[in-house]
Amino acid sequence: MRMRILEISVGAFIVAGALALVGLALNVSGLNVSNSDQTYTVYARFENIGGLTPRAKVTMSGVAIGEVNEIILDKDELMARVEMNIYGDVDFLSIDSSASILTAGLLGEQYIGISVGAEDDSLKDGDYIEDTQSALVLEELIGKFLFNEVSE
Amino acid sequence: MINQLARLGHKGLSKLAAFGRAGMILFQSLVAAPQPLIMFPLLVKQIYFVGVLSLIIIVVSGLFIGMVLGLQGYTILVDYGSEQAVGQMVALSLVRELAPVVTALLFAGRAGSALTAEIGLMKATEQLSSLEMIGVDPLRRIIAPRFWAGFICLPILAAIFALVGIYGGALVSIDWLGIYEGSFWANMQNSVDFYDDVVNGLIKAVAFGFVVTWIAVFQGYDCIPTSEGISQATTKTVVYSSLAVLGLDFILTAVMFGEL
Repeated sequence: MRMRILEISVGAFIVAGALALVGLALNVSGLNVSNSDQTYTVYARFENIGGLTPRAKVTMSGVAIGEVNEIILDKDELMARVEMNIYGDVDFLSIDSSASILTAGLLGEQYIGISVGAEDDSLKDGDYIEDTQSALVLEELIGKFLFNEVSE
Repeated sequence: MINQLARLGHKGLSKLAAFGRAGMILFQSLVAAPQPLIMFPLLVKQIYFVGVLSLIIIVVSGLFIGMVLGLQGYTILVDYGSEQAVGQMVALSLVRELAPVVTALLFAGRAGSALTAEIGLMKATEQLSSLEMIGVDPLRRIIAPRFWAGFICLPILAAIFALVGIYGGALVSIDWLGIYEGSFWANMQNSVDFYDDVVNGLIKAVAFGFVVTWIAVFQGYDCIPTSEGISQATTKTVVYSSLAVLGLDFILTAVMFGEL
């Protein structure tokens, strides 16, 4: 009987550990299993990505519709090329959609906001978003402001 | 002068020999000829002693550490108007650092010292040599199950610690300090990555479990078989394993998060 209680408590311990891991995965790190395999890839070239990082979210009207997968420097165009994974069920982004790099709050993280255009055809896997707007870099803004002040 | 030099050399050589013995214990009890069928009931018993009985101290300290983190984080972050980030702060500091390290330190004090004292007393009362006499390898029968138990238990305890701590932080910041629940969890989920943070934290816990149990088992097996020797070995276990955990933590953090 003693051995049985012992075995049960050890089993419960290991199950508790597994549950804690599942809790950490789902509740704390927000690991999303369902969306990950049904995404399509869309590219966009930006003059300046500011502080955008991989895993930053891609939003439309503030709702997350995907995430940034990879950022590389495009040697031919001399611009940053951002690879985005868009969830498969968001298949209505028109080909003249525009992408801009926005900041959450004053000091928050940067993310990509997509606004949909008017065309009927929608973006497919591997397409480029042509209309892009770069990140707002605070130093450039201040520089422009100072320059205007001086020239007046 | 020469005498002192000789003593230094002697000390160095005996330390080196101790390392060698520790390595041999590790090899003989784990690698050489494992017997899973015989070991399983022994392992269950050891997991009970090492893991299940450590659960209370882990849960209680995890809860309080999470609550303190929530409280301290709130008082600092509220100055910058970003108190929603408290969830992210609590979760990242627990999952990456505090859960594996504090669990390992508590584990060294709670379970490691007990392991050393138990094995040391077995040696002092010549139970180990009696086992050898009747043809049972004490390394396989006594050391190996304790080793595996520590190895298995520490990651489980660390995961429980982290989860309990995060809920402790949530309790303080959502229910007492009035942070909006949605932004607490959303900020946390945005910033904590499963592979980079949770899995790396568990890898740390596995490494600490290995080191702490190794030190505990070795100190017990290698102690001077007197009551004084056992007390020294127990002290050494706690001191050495705490130092090893903290040092190893820096190295692992530098490799995992420091972009080395």
